[in-house]
Amino acid sequence: MSDSIIKVTNVKKYFGGVKALDGVDLEIKKGEIHCLAGENGCGKSTIINVISGFYTPDTGKIEIDGVEHAKLTPKQAIASGIQVIYQDLSVFPNLTVMENLALNMELADGKKFVSKKRMREIAKEAILKINFDIDLDELVENLTVADKQLIAISRALLNNAKLIIMDEPTTAITQKEVKSLFKVIKKLQAQNISILFVSHKLDEVFEIAERFTVFRNGKNVASGDTKELDQNKFTYYMTGREIKEEPYAYIEKENSKTILKVKHLSLKNGFEDISFSVKEGEILGITGLLGSGRTELVETIFGYNKADSGEIYIEGKKAVINKVKDGINYGIGYIPPERIKEALFLSQPIADNISITRWDDFSNKLGVIDEKKVNESVDEWVNNLSIKIGSSSDPVRTLSGGNQQKCVLAKWLSLDLKVLILNGPTVGVDIGAKFDIYKLIKELAAKGLAVIIISDDLSEVLTNCNRVLVMRRGKIVVETLPNEVDASKLAALVIAD
Amino acid sequence: MNTKRILHSTEFYIAIIAALFCMIVQIKSGQFFTGNNIVDLLRSFTIPAMFCLGEMMILISGNTDVSFPAIASVSMYVVCTVFDGVFTNPLMFFLMAMLIGLALGAINGIIIAYFKFPALIVTLGTSSLCFGIMQGVFNSKEEPLGEVLYRVGEMKLFSVTNPQSGLTSDMPVLVLAMAALFVLGWFILNKTMLGRGIYAIGGDAIAAERAGFNVFATQMFIYCFSGCMAGMIGVMRATMMLAVHPNNLEGMEMTVIAACVLGGVRITGGKGTVIGAILGMVLMTVISNSLILLGISTQWQKVFTGIIIIIGTAVSAIQTKKNEKKLAVKMAAA
Amino acid sequence: MGTTNIKIKDFLNGDKNMTRLLIVFAAVFALCSLTKGSMFLSTSNFQSMGKQFPEFGLLSIGMALALFTGGIDLSIVYIATLSSVIIARLLPLMVTETATDGTAYMMVIVCFILAIAVGIICGMLNGFIISKVGIPPILATLGTQALFQGFAIVITGGSTISGFPIQLSTMVNKLVFGIPVTVIVFIICAIVVGFILARTTLGRQLRMLGTNPKATEYTGLNNVKLTMTSYMMSGILASIAGIIMIGRFNSAKADYGASYTMQAILIAVMGGIDPNGGKGNIQGVAIAIIIIQMVSSWLNMFENVSNFYRQIIWGGLLIFILIFNYVINVREKKAAMKK
Repeated sequence: MSDSIIKVTNVKKYFGGVKALDGVDLEIKKGEIHCLAGENGCGKSTIINVISGFYTPDTGKIEIDGVEHAKLTPKQAIASGIQVIYQDLSVFPNLTVMENLALNMELADGKKFVSKKRMREIAKEAILKINFDIDLDELVENLTVADKQLIAISRALLNNAKLIIMDEPTTAITQKEVKSLFKVIKKLQAQNISILFVSHKLDEVFEIAERFTVFRNGKNVASGDTKELDQNKFTYYMTGREIKEEPYAYIEKENSKTILKVKHLSLKNGFEDISFSVKEGEILGITGLLGSGRTELVETIFGYNKADSGEIYIEGKKAVINKVKDGINYGIGYIPPERIKEALFLSQPIADNISITRWDDFSNKLGVIDEKKVNESVDEWVNNLSIKIGSSSDPVRTLSGGNQQKCVLAKWLSLDLKVLILNGPTVGVDIGAKFDIYKLIKELAAKGLAVIIISDDLSEVLTNCNRVLVMRRGKIVVETLPNEVDASKLAALVIAD
Repeated sequence: MNTKRILHSTEFYIAIIAALFCMIVQIKSGQFFTGNNIVDLLRSFTIPAMFCLGEMMILISGNTDVSFPAIASVSMYVVCTVFDGVFTNPLMFFLMAMLIGLALGAINGIIIAYFKFPALIVTLGTSSLCFGIMQGVFNSKEEPLGEVLYRVGEMKLFSVTNPQSGLTSDMPVLVLAMAALFVLGWFILNKTMLGRGIYAIGGDAIAAERAGFNVFATQMFIYCFSGCMAGMIGVMRATMMLAVHPNNLEGMEMTVIAACVLGGVRITGGKGTVIGAILGMVLMTVISNSLILLGISTQWQKVFTGIIIIIGTAVSAIQTKKNEKKLAVKMAAA
Repeated sequence: MGTTNIKIKDFLNGDKNMTRLLIVFAAVFALCSLTKGSMFLSTSNFQSMGKQFPEFGLLSIGMALALFTGGIDLSIVYIATLSSVIIARLLPLMVTETATDGTAYMMVIVCFILAIAVGIICGMLNGFIISKVGIPPILATLGTQALFQGFAIVITGGSTISGFPIQLSTMVNKLVFGIPVTVIVFIICAIVVGFILARTTLGRQLRMLGTNPKATEYTGLNNVKLTMTSYMMSGILASIAGIIMIGRFNSAKADYGASYTMQAILIAVMGGIDPNGGKGNIQGVAIAIIIIQMVSSWLNMFENVSNFYRQIIWGGLLIFILIFNYVINVREKKAAMKK
């Protein structure tokens, strides 16, 4: 018997000419909560696929519970107690909770026919393992992401799991749900189950993990006890460079204009009686749980929803905003939370992704586009935001998350904006690019733009905004300044009920 | 089963609409609930309803198929002409047709499951291939039905005569085959892991793969099953018509897909029940066959088909749209 | 002028699909010329090809537009049919036996305009129920297919209508400098649509809509208006095809052109339109149209080859092209990975 559940030594994996893993080591002890961190493309998902048997490494050694596996197959991995919970959770929205819990087990047992009775027993056993209380006959599509996650965890436990790999489990759930997830993880640990927890969020790593490993460019650059870690070190390990974060210093001038003013705005099942204002140069943070109405609120200001009552004023004049086009005409830009689904045209050229908001301006009366003007504008914005691209005719798909997000920013900034609303501006963006984006936002605000940031990431809100609104159940409950609260106080305000 | 879920189901609504429509026709004409009208309706219901089964499986898995009328036609035509006089056992004809259908379904399956091409376009292509082979290679034309199958076609469960009009309608034996097929379809979809796999793939194909479902094999099965059934249904159609009509199934894909969708089968996959598809087809059949009873010329049949498809799909589309845009913030108590 | 230069460069650099299409074009041309040289290369053959391709060519461009925006238009052939039967019913009423040649021509033109109006209405209906009501394009156009065909049946009473004023066929079958007028109409339509897609705001917005409709909504584009415009353009092209159809056959029937749906999809896909939306251009579609017409005419030259073999070939070709494009894509992706 060995005291580590898994030990990976000097594993290399190449795809074509690309080194995905360039000789990495990773060791997870029994009953340990281990954090794996690294930027996109550092080899995190490759190592997960190697451990779960989906990829065969080119060289290197994999030992599970002291047994060396020369060629690990997915079946062997599962038999050895390794379970992966993917970011998309791999649940079937159209099936019941019971079937979601029991189908894998039944398939693994080679069952050909369905027995509702047996499935129910399996499902009951599964939810009992984490004391998860849920209606087994409910359709999974009607559940929250957090509940879906618990289903995925219960399902994983059915196979006598010894190591559960969780791929960024906290990105789509709220603070409150993260807390209860952590309780579940601690409970699993008490049963001597090891957890490999993939995350970039340092506060989470501190809270839950005992040891950590950081990958960069297919190599493990650091590993050790989380107690030895701090934000600067962590960032340095992940990016390979030192980044200093400065809080946003907003100085209100006497003649600062109020750009956006919202009065008694309400939308049924969205938000109620919302009033606030943003001056030029301000960066206003809005935070709250998922479903607190924060997204509904900003999407209404932008024109994606139509308010039931209340008024919006832009530079003191009443604005009638019924559709997105209206919002844009009043100088409002909006970056939606799901970049790939809602903001980008992945297969289309970078140039088109950036210039789409300007085509009307660059075309004559017949709608014929002046290519030269388009290219000039695209070049200008690629330069301004220092977007790293090969050619502007490449599909935007070829860019990294951070550069993609910069393209979305460029699309809005090339308009003459008065208000820029960013909803989850750095989700899925590497740490390095993240700080570039923060710097950019601060510069824009300093030039007189009114900025609103909606975010779950409380430290993001505290270091980048000069004023913070907390929303709960469709209402603004607190307005506060970053120097008045710290992250834990703010978290308490967000959750309090 | 809880009553709330039944009351909220598409099946429930479609049943009510079908029943209401029947009542209207009965009140207007007084001829709807007569023995021979019901038998006639069942006769025209049988063939398309059986097609619904294969199509709904394909739709649930997240694909489409418009080639089954072509597969049914070519299998039927080849069996009824080339093998005419070869077999004495009528079952052999059905078996041969099922084999041909299976092979053609397998071609669909391989192309769609392996390459993941848009199924509509692929099956439009295979449909053209099948009709082309039948008309080009076999030089198809309307022909009389062979003796063996003719006898099958004349078999009936009972006859009903309308005392007023004196018209007699025969209840074909094949209605039993239809019932058996429905039970088989229900069993596969609900009681086998294969069936659950079809739903799982329609819900999330990648998750299904990870859960251990063989996605390729399942998709192959669905298209093979659909093709196989189409072959059989093609021959059944010939026995019911007592003649070999090579082209008159063309266009039936439209009615069948529409019936499935009306009955709550989701066109994007993952949802649908056998009973729903049957009810959808009941509604389609009743409406298009009752125009005469309502005093409307049959020339209007296609127009009505179109209107039913548009209205029926519009209802579920508007519902989906509402759900997507629905805001679900739990508001604070005032 | 530098513009022609740029155009030719664009034409070739548009995508690699274009180069491949030109090679196929040359190969098919060579095959036809070598096997049936004297017949294939005759002026009369070219003229008869010119009479045949505009109607399905216009339908193919209409289909291409629908695929380009991420949809499909299964009703397109029946928009053509409906337009033609409406002309067939109206024209005899409008042109009395005593009418002069001049008024007859006037009336024919009025009928054409009405037919195009029908195309616009049908297309807008498609666009409306797809974008505003939210019915998936397959189902929506399946429904309108039945609806339009149904109206055509009601209008014709299910039979063939013929016996139109001579001016109708004279006008449609006219030769201008030896070129059929329908070819000229086709070329104008192809250039206009091609230009709209490649060079205008509308065309680009349609391309983005075909790529990601959710993102166009969040970027402030009017999805409903764009979808309706696109299907309306398809409708107009279909009704022009309908006009050509009635002129060529000098009769109208509710199921003329039934096999064109498949053929139109084949041509659009062969011409490089991605059936998932957002990719392709009209130049490619135009070359695909000519290739299909050459193959079709060539097949006609073999007396013992039944007409129905064409259906086999079209069906087989569609699947072959899908697989071919797939293989090419996989290879290009691999090459890109290596880079």
